[in-house]
Amino acid sequence: MTTTTPRVASRWSRFRGSYLLYSFKRDLIAQLSLVVFIALVAVAVLAPWLAPMNPYDLAQIDIMASELPPFWVEGSDPTYLMGTDAQGRDLLSTILYGARVSLIIGFGAVALQALLGVSFGLLAGYLGGRVDAFLMRLADIQLSFSTLMVAIVVGALVKAIFGGATFSAYAVPLLVLIIGLAEWPQYARTVRASVLAERHKEYVDAARVMGFTSRRIMFRHILPNTLSPIFVISTVQVANAIISEAALSFLGLGMPETQPSLGSLIKSGFDYLQSGSWWITLIPGLVLVVLVLVINLLGDWLRDVLNPRLYKG
Amino acid sequence: MALLDVNHLDVRFALRRGDVQALRDVSFSLERGERLGIVGESGAGKSVAAFSLLNLIAKPGYIAGGSIHFDGRDLTRMSDRALRHVRGHRMSMIFQDPMMTLNPVLSIGEQMVECLKAHRRISTREARAIALRKLEQVQIPSPTARLDQYPHELSGGMRQRVIIAIALLLDPDIIIADEPTTALDVTIQAEIMALLLELCEKHNVGLILITHDLGVVSQVTQRMLVMYAGRVIEQGPTREIINDPQHPYTQGLINALPQMATPGSRLNQIPGSMPSLDNLPSGCAFHPRCGFVERADGTTRRACIDEVPGFVTSGNCRVACHMVAEMLERERIPAEEIR
Amino acid sequence: MIAFLIKRLFHALLVMFVISIIAFAIQDNLGDPIQQMVGQSVPESEREALREQLGLNDPFLVQYLRFAGNALQLDFGYSYIFNQPTTEVILRHLPATLELVFATTLLIVLFSVPIGVYSAIRPRAWLSRFFMGVSIIGISIPVFLTAIMLIQLFAIGVSWSPFPADTGWGAWLNDLITTEGGMPAYGRGNPVPVFGTWATNFASLEGLTYLVLPAISLASIMLPLFIRLIRAEMLEVLQSEYVKFARAKGISLRRIYFVHALKNTMLPVITMGGVQIGTLVAYTILTETVFQWPGMGLMFLNAIQRSDVPLIITYLMIVGLIFVITNTLVDLIYGLVNPTVKLTGKPA
Repeated sequence: MTTTTPRVASRWSRFRGSYLLYSFKRDLIAQLSLVVFIALVAVAVLAPWLAPMNPYDLAQIDIMASELPPFWVEGSDPTYLMGTDAQGRDLLSTILYGARVSLIIGFGAVALQALLGVSFGLLAGYLGGRVDAFLMRLADIQLSFSTLMVAIVVGALVKAIFGGATFSAYAVPLLVLIIGLAEWPQYARTVRASVLAERHKEYVDAARVMGFTSRRIMFRHILPNTLSPIFVISTVQVANAIISEAALSFLGLGMPETQPSLGSLIKSGFDYLQSGSWWITLIPGLVLVVLVLVINLLGDWLRDVLNPRLYKG
Repeated sequence: MALLDVNHLDVRFALRRGDVQALRDVSFSLERGERLGIVGESGAGKSVAAFSLLNLIAKPGYIAGGSIHFDGRDLTRMSDRALRHVRGHRMSMIFQDPMMTLNPVLSIGEQMVECLKAHRRISTREARAIALRKLEQVQIPSPTARLDQYPHELSGGMRQRVIIAIALLLDPDIIIADEPTTALDVTIQAEIMALLLELCEKHNVGLILITHDLGVVSQVTQRMLVMYAGRVIEQGPTREIINDPQHPYTQGLINALPQMATPGSRLNQIPGSMPSLDNLPSGCAFHPRCGFVERADGTTRRACIDEVPGFVTSGNCRVACHMVAEMLERERIPAEEIR
Repeated sequence: MIAFLIKRLFHALLVMFVISIIAFAIQDNLGDPIQQMVGQSVPESEREALREQLGLNDPFLVQYLRFAGNALQLDFGYSYIFNQPTTEVILRHLPATLELVFATTLLIVLFSVPIGVYSAIRPRAWLSRFFMGVSIIGISIPVFLTAIMLIQLFAIGVSWSPFPADTGWGAWLNDLITTEGGMPAYGRGNPVPVFGTWATNFASLEGLTYLVLPAISLASIMLPLFIRLIRAEMLEVLQSEYVKFARAKGISLRRIYFVHALKNTMLPVITMGGVQIGTLVAYTILTETVFQWPGMGLMFLNAIQRSDVPLIITYLMIVGLIFVITNTLVDLIYGLVNPTVKLTGKPA
């Protein structure tokens, strides 16, 4: 214990003196985004305790109270602050639970993408040759088909193989898998590019001359230098994964309506848009947009700070 | 009045953490056909000086004070339109790295013709004829074919010849060459330098040569400035400065030349490195590296640490150094008074 | 040039080969043509005979070669839903999608270049900041949500506003917020036939109104992406030595921006454009679903929902072919624009 304390302290002080924190303190948009993001994550994580109702519990649902508008519109019921959806679920509670599902899938999928993409990128960049050619060609093909298209196709296949009921039961891990498989090339390409850039630098030669193994060089020397691009991509990719999940759910290839994510809520509300019940679609939509927007804004800020290429006159 | 007269030029960069002064109080002049060298380590402000002469400092840099009189008119107060008429026409510039200076997607011909057309009412055919003539002057093999080639088809040395041809296109009064040979192979460096010198002499073009190579400066220029941390610390006739440098920094630079070292012994380096511009030491910016802050009798010359030195005249040179000032002062005072 | 084309052709064949393997694997694992052909009531022995007759018991490779052979003749079998050859079904839905993609591309090109260039030239102007702000919001709104909001605003209309109508400013704000609606947001209307299965929305004003909302939705995610890309590239180019040199030559700023900088900016943008065509086609699935636009995307989603395996496979193969062709074209354009590429496939 005694040995770790000063190290932690020095890290903390290093962080306090860092440019990252300095620019964060001066960037109002980044601060606001972080606050909103943390707030959204907090209410989503605490949904079971915060939500007035449990939308998964059929006993709490009153079908008679369906399609009630939010509190500021005439005909609303004060019990349901944000109104109710077509099945009579409290919209606020459903949104909180839905945001939770969206965030779990978003982060899970990005973790998988990062794992796949970083390993493939390291392998391709470091080994080169056929491994590189094969992996990058694969990434090319997948990217030219676009990640969303791949996700839709894989989603459709998985659903067809498992059948609708099984798919619904395991929707969260399956969606993590689908989106993770669809979007790894982004990581792989970036990591490969930084590996190629780092590989020819002198410190890597030095490490090789000193007789370190490839694996050690890769993980101890090269990987740390690719961290900041990985970090920047990860932010953008979380936003992308949340959008992809929403898109899949909107197409009926994602979360079932009994266990809705923000995307499937929007989808279920879309059918009632024409009848004037705009809130079922647009309120979850707004939450989704705010969530993705703050992540994107944080990503933008990170990119500006960690990759100041454009700012070095 | 000289053709070019720079007075008390101040250039600053407005950065997030406040202004950084890149050039302080730079003054010099250039007569028609004269060749001037600007010497210093990288980061001393040589390139900033070059760009500010054409009023081309990129944001966040700006000219904070002083004047640049060219042919009687102050470039710092000129309209953009009038400035454009000077740039490339009466004063042209040669950049450091020929690999980066030419636009990769435009042919050599296009890049020459556009320059002519920007300054003269002239047909494309005439412009191409002039361009061809200039390419011949810089001794490029098969110049006609080059006009339709793209930069990547030419070697670095050839590209620098093209850039020299562009600089000469409109028969300018002054060429500013910012380390024109640094990025080239050593074997080509001398060739390009000789070509530049020959063309300047032949057409009576003034040259401002920015370099860190004292050897080139002594061969090519008639007068020179030595810069350190954004200031001129010594200026005068090249021959005099090279033969008898006054400022400790200039002395250090000259002593550091390999040919000045005794064979078999170590090269004479100046200890330490140049301070960054946003964190200059107090007083004379050179004092932390200077061996003359302490007098011969062991006392410290406080002025070096406390005061920015002004210029004193020594022979034909002007030097900004407290030590030199003190010595000059002592010479002027009759010997018995010191006793 | 010829070497480049051969190389590209080889690459294209490789991609199509990979796609065909995937497509075949899907068919092999998911599609049971017997079930689709004869239904449940036929006894197992008869099915087995039929299976043998159709060659479904042949080795994988033989089956794949048969599949590939048919694919080369654009024969992918019959769609279960439409009971027609799948290629015919696709061909009927293709024009709607192509027209939508074309209209969207037009919007993207028309707006992204001027806005991107402007915000790079004047990065601190309030208008640039406004464009950047809007574009990051644009990127953050999923296509289908944009589509839904457009429908609410311009097709259904907004009649409710929180401001009191009896005050002057309230009425003014009400006017600002409430919209009439009435824009067509369902299907294609009555496109004008041109020839064969191709009917166009571009030939009449009414047809164009049907295109407006779907095209804006589809452009909503790609346009900000390109604005940001063009701005970033242009900012970088404007920092380059050759731009500084051009300024030192006394070239006018207009020529520097629009000849020196723009040409170099567009090179990576063209490459990006090639990649994004794939994304655009993927997003047609979403847009067409929201607007019930009768194109390939909507058809594909229906095929997925009803497990029409032959149609799914045909869609994948055709879309793959479209990607390969457009990517080759994009590379070709890139090579023609960029003199440092000798069209050998590698930059010199």
